[in-house]
Formats: sequence, C-alpha cells, structure tokens
Amino acid sequence: MRTREEKRFQIFAHIVMIILSLLAVVPFVLLVISSFTDNDTLIANGYSFTPEKWSLYAYEYIFKTGNSVLHAYWISICLTIVGTIVALSITTMLAYALSKPDLPGRNVFMFLVFFTLLFNGGLVPTYIVYTNMLGIKNSFWALLIPGLLMNGFNVMLMKSYFSSSIPAEILDAAYIDGATEFKTFTSVVLPLSKPIVATIGLFAGIAYWNDWMNGYIYLTKRTDLYSVQNLLNRMMQNIQYLSQNSARVQDAGVGLASIPSASVRMAMATVGVLPILITYPFIQGNFVKGITLGGVKG
Amino acid sequence: MAANRTKTKKKSIKRYIPLYLMALPGLVYLFINNYLPLPGLVLAFKKFNAKKGIYGSPFVGFKNFKYLFATKDAFIITRNTILYNLVFIIVNTILAIFVAILLAEMTSKVKKAYQSFILLPYMISMVIVSYLVFGFLSTENGFFNNTILRALGKDPISWYMEKKYWPFILVFVSAWKGIGYNCVIYLASILGIDRSIYESASIDGASKWQQIFKITIPLLKPTIIMMTLLAVGRIFYSDFGLFYQVPQNQGALFSVTNTIDTYVYRGLLELGDMSMSSAAGLYQSIVGFILVLGSNLIVKKIDPEYALF
Repeated sequence: MRTREEKRFQIFAHIVMIILSLLAVVPFVLLVISSFTDNDTLIANGYSFTPEKWSLYAYEYIFKTGNSVLHAYWISICLTIVGTIVALSITTMLAYALSKPDLPGRNVFMFLVFFTLLFNGGLVPTYIVYTNMLGIKNSFWALLIPGLLMNGFNVMLMKSYFSSSIPAEILDAAYIDGATEFKTFTSVVLPLSKPIVATIGLFAGIAYWNDWMNGYIYLTKRTDLYSVQNLLNRMMQNIQYLSQNSARVQDAGVGLASIPSASVRMAMATVGVLPILITYPFIQGNFVKGITLGGVKG
Repeated sequence: MAANRTKTKKKSIKRYIPLYLMALPGLVYLFINNYLPLPGLVLAFKKFNAKKGIYGSPFVGFKNFKYLFATKDAFIITRNTILYNLVFIIVNTILAIFVAILLAEMTSKVKKAYQSFILLPYMISMVIVSYLVFGFLSTENGFFNNTILRALGKDPISWYMEKKYWPFILVFVSAWKGIGYNCVIYLASILGIDRSIYESASIDGASKWQQIFKITIPLLKPTIIMMTLLAVGRIFYSDFGLFYQVPQNQGALFSVTNTIDTYVYRGLLELGDMSMSSAAGLYQSIVGFILVLGSNLIVKKIDPEYALF
C-alpha cells in the first residue's frame, strides 16, 4: 500500500516537473530554431519548432556584416567585467569596515546604508543628478554607474557574513603580527569569504550583462556604446515602428534594408542570450546558494 | 564578541583611518546614487523650467498633485500596480510552494535538473523575454497565429493590440520568470524541517498528501507570511521591464499595462512632462516608504528574525 502510494506520488511529481521544465525551456528552443530557419520559410509559416527549411544564413549575416553585434558584445563584456570588479571591491571594503563593531561612527554609516533600502528618490531626481549635475549622459559611465554599482542589500549581506563567519581571533592575530588593515582584508578576510564574494560577484555580473535601462535612458546619442541588450531593444522597437507605420516608412525611406530579416533578429537574440545559457550550468549551484542566503535573511 | 574587542579598543583613532579609507568609495557611491537625488524630490512641488533648473523653478505648492489626481491616469496606474502585484504574489507563492513541495519529496536525482530548468528564466533580461514572447505572439510571424490558430482554423489575433489578453500574459510571464526564484527559497525552508516528524507520521499511517497538508504547509507558514509581507511592502513598485518591454510600449495596451513606474518613465523621457512625472514619483516613494515600514513592523511582531530592522 505505502509503496504503491509513494510510487504514484513520484510519477505525478515527475509529470508535473517535466511539464514545468518544458514550459521554462521551450521559448528558448523556439528562439534558437527560428534563428536557424530559412527566412522565406519563416515568413510563410511563422516561427516554428519544425521548420521546412533550415539555414545558417542569419549567422553568416551577423558575422560577416554584423559589426554592430560584435561591437555591442565587446561593450557588454567590458561593462560586465569592469562593473563586477568595481562593485565587488567597493561592496566588500565598505562591508568590512562596517563589520568592525568598534569603528567610531559605524551606526551612522549603517543607517546611511540601510536607509537606501527603505526610501529612494526614484527616476526623476536620479536622472537629473546623472545628466545635469554629473553629466555622464552619453558616456560609458552611464552604463556603469547609475544604480548598479552597489546596493545596500548586498552590503548588509556581506557585512553579516564577515561578522559571523570570520573569527575575531584570526583578525587579532593578523593585527598582532603587524599586518595592516588592508593587508588583513586582502590576505585573511577575502580568502575566508569566497562563498559570499562569489555569490555577490555573480549577482553583480548578471545584473550588468542583463541591464538595458541605463543605456536606454542615458545613451541618447552614443549608439556606438550600446550593449547587446540595448541593441536588441532598439531593433525590436524599429520592428514595431515599421509594422505600425509601414506605409509612412516607405515614403520617408527609413531604410527597410537596415532592419534585419525575421531570422536574423532571432539569431541576434540567440547570440545575446548565449553567454547566460553557456555559463548557466556552472553558475547555477552558486546562484541557488545566493538566493537562499538573501531570501532567508531578507 | 564585543567584550573580546574591548582589549584592542584603546588604540588611537589613527588605527581606524585605513578602515575609513576602505569605506569611502562605497559611501561616496551611496551619496551620489542615493542621497544626492533626494533634494530633487522638491520638483514635485515646482513648475519645472529647464532654463532655471531645479532650484530656480518656481514653487506651485500641491498643484502638480492636484492635476495628477484629477486625471484618470492616477487611478489607472495605482490600480494596475497594486492589482498586478497582488495577483503576482498570490499566483507565484502558490505555484512556488507547490513546486518546492514536489521537489522536496522527490527521491530521484533528476530533481536537481528540474530545479535548474525552472530557474533558468530568472537569469534572462527582460529584453530577451520580450523576444521570446514576440516569437509566440507576433501578429505576422508568431507561433500562436501561424501554427496553433491556423491549425484550429481560426483567424489570427493582433496580440499587441488587444487589451483583454494582457492581464493573463503578464501574470503568466511573471510566473514563468519568477517561480524558480521563489521555489528555491521555499525549498530551503522545507529542507530545514526535521525529517523525524515525517517518519513518525508515516508510522502512524499518514498518507503522503496528509503529510504535505498537515506537516509541510503548516510548518512553512512563517516563511510564507514573511515572504508575502515583504512583497506587500514592495507593492507600490512594479517591474519596469515587465510592463514596458514585454508589451513593447504599445499605446493600445496602456490601460492594462501602465504602472506607476512606466508612467514616471514616460512622463520624464517620452512626454517631457516633468511636473506630473515627479509628482507621481514622489507619490510612489512616500506610499512605498510607508508600506515598507508598515509591513516590516508586522513582520517584527511575528518573528523578529525575519525583520529588515
């Protein structure tokens, strides 16, 4: 009896999970298959899981003529690397200072970090600061700085890791040995904090790779600084614009040729999501750990 | 621990200089990114004049708010933001708990793979999501119109023009993208339950479903309450990408896709209506602040462990 019930439950669970896994993955499959579909087939039959005719044309097109994609890729990679390194440096250093219970003024700093989690000025004042006061509009800084470089939540997470997982004795020993604060931080604290550093670095890296808002808001003229996400975003907007104003566009001559064909669009999106799909199997374990850490504490 | 440190405390302030230097870049960033914008909130009470700047623009009192709340928009964006969030909270919580329970009870090792698959959408940017949705819903080339509706002998639907479908599409996309994340949290909480409770229950003859409804769900209650209250604290904020990218900023859909965040964005960068935009922004900041404080107060009453402060 028991085992039969157990067996039925396991089968039920497998069926549900297979359906959900398919639902999660199928849109990506459609995207990738569409990118390998012959463009004429695509226009006749739409995006399909079983195209009549396959083609590599979209990828040939991208790598032969699609300088803009490769350039955007380069921007995205630089942004992700620089962003992650800077974000990790300033977050870990601030968190380390805050983890010292006897640091004079610590409570004030803690409050300043914490308050950012509760209240923020929102888009309009932030936009004014970055465009009018700091003038970073239409520069690489606009992709790097607004919003993404550090957030209070990660500082709190890292701070509590430092204060709970690094024994005070080790720090005292390093101090007695004559190590400077910074030396202690880099050669004692950071090596002991690999899990949290990896997790927060991962979150920062994904946030940078996926961000499209900063480029969308601040890069109004410098389309040469577009990241992959910005390029994909603009392409989708052009398609929408064309499908709504097809008559007018032909008059105005807003080059129809400059809009990539249906299969090329999907190939560009595939290329854009590829780094996530490739690295996902390796990072997902760490990612899950990170979510649990933040979710339980948060 | 504090007692331990008192020994080292008698050093002069000099000892702390390196620590202050280390904290400095982070604090400077917070100052620029989070505090410098705050005085700009005063714009909500001014008639913005680009030539005169924020501080030179004349005060108009509550006029911007009067205009904002006299429009239909104020009601629509508040309603959309709150209702969508409520539905997201309910749907995503129930589905995530359901999936987490199944995963926790599964014996096969494949469950790790299942978990990876359902978490994958969480990693993708909303721009990519809008392409994935477009692959299915595009009027000319979409899978639904060309394959499914054609096979059923039905006329194609202009998905991006028809309001009635979007509440369902947005709820679906939100669940598709978010369940994996919530599921991880609930799964961790279930795995923290003492297994011996289940063993004695099954010796007493409790069926699997009885164990789930009588043990797992009641023991998950604290986590469910905390997660929900924290989400309620954020109910005045919406996922800008979801409401802007996925419906592709289509005017025909605004009445069901416009939220406070998209309204503020469009006011600022598409319509150039700084006054309305900043009034709506301040409205969001203040109500949002009150909701976060309120929900945290309740969380603290129930279980201080989970409280933010």
